[in-house]
Amino acid sequence: MAIIEEENLVAAAAGVEQLVRDLQRTVRSGITKTEKWRIQQLKALLKLIVENQDSLLQAVFTDLGKPAHQVVFTELLTLATSCKLAIKELKQWMAPKEVPVPPLALPGTAFVVPEPLGVALVIAPWNFPISLGVDPLIGAISAGCAAVLKPSEITPTVSSILADLLPKYLDTDAIRVVEGGIPITTALLAQKWDKIFYTGNYTVGRIVMAAAAKHLTPVTLELGGKSPVYIDDSVDLKVSARRICQGKWSFSDGQACVAPDYLLVQESIAPKLVETLKETIVEFFGEDPSTCAELGRIVNANHFRRLTRLLDDPRTAEKIVHGGERNEQSLFIAPTIVLDVPLDVPVMLDEIFGPILPIITVKGVDEAINIILDLPKPLALYVFSTNKAVQERFVTETSAGTVGINETVLHVAVLGLPFGGVGESGMGAYHGKHSFDAFSHYKGVYHKRMEADADGTFPPYTSARNNLIRSFLTEDLEEI
Amino acid sequence: MATDVPLVDAAQLLGELRRTFSSGRTKSEKWRSQQLRALLKMVTEQEKEICKALTLDLGKSEYETYACELAMVLDSCKLAIKRLKKWMSPEKRPIAVATIPSTAIVHPEPLGVALVVSAWNFPILLALDPLVGAVAAGCAVVIKPSEIAPATSAFLAKFIPMYMDKEAIRVVEGGVQQITALLDQKWDKIFFTGNAKVGRIMMAAAAKHLTPVTLELGGKCPIYIDSTVDVKVAAKRIIVGKWTCSDGQACLSPNHLLVEECFVPKLISTLKTTMVEFYGEDPRTSKDLAHIVNKNHFKRLTALLDDPATAEKIIHGGERDEKSLYIAPTLLLDVPLDAPIMNEEIFGPLLPIITVKGPDEAIDIISKEPKPLAIYVFTDNKAVQEKMVSETSSGGMVINDAVVHFLCPHLPFGGVGESGIGAYHGKASFDAFSHQKSILYRGFTVEVYARYPPYTTHKLKVIRALLGRDFLGLLLALLGFRRQE
Repeated sequence: MAIIEEENLVAAAAGVEQLVRDLQRTVRSGITKTEKWRIQQLKALLKLIVENQDSLLQAVFTDLGKPAHQVVFTELLTLATSCKLAIKELKQWMAPKEVPVPPLALPGTAFVVPEPLGVALVIAPWNFPISLGVDPLIGAISAGCAAVLKPSEITPTVSSILADLLPKYLDTDAIRVVEGGIPITTALLAQKWDKIFYTGNYTVGRIVMAAAAKHLTPVTLELGGKSPVYIDDSVDLKVSARRICQGKWSFSDGQACVAPDYLLVQESIAPKLVETLKETIVEFFGEDPSTCAELGRIVNANHFRRLTRLLDDPRTAEKIVHGGERNEQSLFIAPTIVLDVPLDVPVMLDEIFGPILPIITVKGVDEAINIILDLPKPLALYVFSTNKAVQERFVTETSAGTVGINETVLHVAVLGLPFGGVGESGMGAYHGKHSFDAFSHYKGVYHKRMEADADGTFPPYTSARNNLIRSFLTEDLEEI
Repeated sequence: MATDVPLVDAAQLLGELRRTFSSGRTKSEKWRSQQLRALLKMVTEQEKEICKALTLDLGKSEYETYACELAMVLDSCKLAIKRLKKWMSPEKRPIAVATIPSTAIVHPEPLGVALVVSAWNFPILLALDPLVGAVAAGCAVVIKPSEIAPATSAFLAKFIPMYMDKEAIRVVEGGVQQITALLDQKWDKIFFTGNAKVGRIMMAAAAKHLTPVTLELGGKCPIYIDSTVDVKVAAKRIIVGKWTCSDGQACLSPNHLLVEECFVPKLISTLKTTMVEFYGEDPRTSKDLAHIVNKNHFKRLTALLDDPATAEKIIHGGERDEKSLYIAPTLLLDVPLDAPIMNEEIFGPLLPIITVKGPDEAIDIISKEPKPLAIYVFTDNKAVQEKMVSETSSGGMVINDAVVHFLCPHLPFGGVGESGIGAYHGKASFDAFSHQKSILYRGFTVEVYARYPPYTTHKLKVIRALLGRDFLGLLLALLGFRRQE
């Protein structure tokens, strides 16, 4: 078994090496740099999405059980919007920007010129298996890069359909799909890329960055974390409960990097909030959520077991106030609320990534902030409060990739906002122009004219010259 | 000696700085502005001490110290002080149709506790310029100056605590052992200036904790020059670019010249006469040339010169004196492209000149090498300028000069590929130590019930229209009409 695996690994590595060389050749030819090529590819991608909606939706349903409209809204429409925005704005994004030149550097002009980083590797996760692979790819293409997309092997039907469709629509000299699991990913990561874009978890994120370090490859790492929600008594409880329930369970059944992970609720409203959440869960998913198509399912047996272990921890199990039902065969876990578990139980230590919602009662903002600061910086942080001072405190005293005030998850739809983590939730960002930036190098170009320079700027530097230059430098600085 | 200093307890140090950072002190505009002014004061008041240190470490002249290091630090401080409020202020962004009504803001916040590891060749500039960015961004900082410039390291260790907030900004001296101990810790940002080999070590260490990095590395910065330029002006600029900044020991130093063949004889003779004009017949007597930093590098450089295939190509200079760590400004003509001197970044006062047919051959040679920190192009031909800008890749570029793009604070200064990751100078310095946090503010006045499950056909139409920015469709859906697909 081991010998076969090793042979496969060697073969995989050889194939991948050749692939990277081929893509480097394409980049060197200059074709991906042209505006024409980029627009062509983006339009082709748009066409791919529109013409193959049904089979794409079917593939996601097979792998994840998600209803079609959910995939349309969270993945296909997202991609269509991304493509259209890139097509519309590309010329502007590509244009060199003039910047001011200090008097010291006159006569001359200075420009910042974006150029493609080169050959990029995009590694996609399983939870939004189409968009979290193709959206970064849109960034790579708009920046003029060649790219390899490695879809998640945990969603094999989606992986297969992407491997089938992309070559039919896109320039195969520049854009390729490589399928496979750990051996092929390891082989890919051993190559020298000009950029690696990884969406996934912290553990693998570190492996990716360590691999990138060998070649000084810049990385964007979109990871996760425990995204907290703080809620106090100044809000409309019903609306808040709806927004929280949607954020937690409507998108991939809690298996999303920006899903609310746990709630910190001001004690005065805790009982009412728990009641309202329970009502809302029933409103959304019915009395028996195991029959609700909206919820999709847990992605596989591994994750199912991981999540049920969290629930079965004795100090957690006794705190279940809603849900808790599970069915291993259908990979179903009910939307579950656990109330006031101790802060050191497993469900409060790692990112849950599932339909379990711990609710912790707190006295107020101070206690909430302390709990949040004891955990690694999350990808998202949510504050439900109409009190501006409270909002400000969370914004300034905590750190997170992104923040939603009186909302969950939706900020991801605002393409003008950079989407990315900080600390353990990631590095770099994308969406909108930030996707273009993620795959670009901004080259500073300074044009000087050939008129003769003042003699004083050349050696030998007598003290007279020194003083002259010095006064020129100092005077110049005063003007800045 | 920097390497004799006892090892600092890195975990304890980091703990102290984290406590300071958590207190929130470094976040206030007042603190940041205060620290920047303190830095300004230090550099102004201690100029003599700084010059002494740089003379000891590198034999730099007062002029070079001021023009190439101090003036830049003062410049950076003043710009940061002036622009701080603006850089710190949140920026509004356009919202999405799907989120109406709402406000979208990007709010910069400090990354936290930063480690700045600086290099020996501009030991003041490369420690303090990143410090300006870190402090402006509101970070706590540890500076690890290079032990290869020990007098400067000692200066920083002595004077920074005297002027700046000791509980937030610290200098740690030492060698490999010390830096290894520091790198074991979890930093919120690592800013490194140095060579690619150590850059990889830095990034690998950072990967253990998912620490974002800025790596300012080097590379072989080529000059391409054709016959369309004024030979005297070009020669002066090339010479100053090569030898005035640390005697060729700079990440931005022109590494080698690629010269259009018809221009070679004229350029060489002008270079020679101009070099004599600048540095005298015997450059050993010139006060305007720094020396090689230490014996190691001296041996490395003389070994490059003594390679037989290289030695016979020396057309100017070549003299050396180990005791004073002096190597004459040296020109070489058409060494083989596989000679040792063409294999690595020279980082010294040797300038190989390679004859090329034209820009295509130059681009060919350049493209075979890793991307450098800078490419310099001397030509008056706009088409050639364009060609070089678009067909090569480098950290930065200068047309008709060398090195001086460094003076433009509005140009992001950094490498690409082997020459580095990230950039700084001006606002880019502030950004290098900041996290731009996205915030979406919403209220409770408007609710779109269509967004919640269970999803009826009508609800789906509304959402589809919202997400597809389809205003008309949205209106029709809300009014209960069917839109033509």
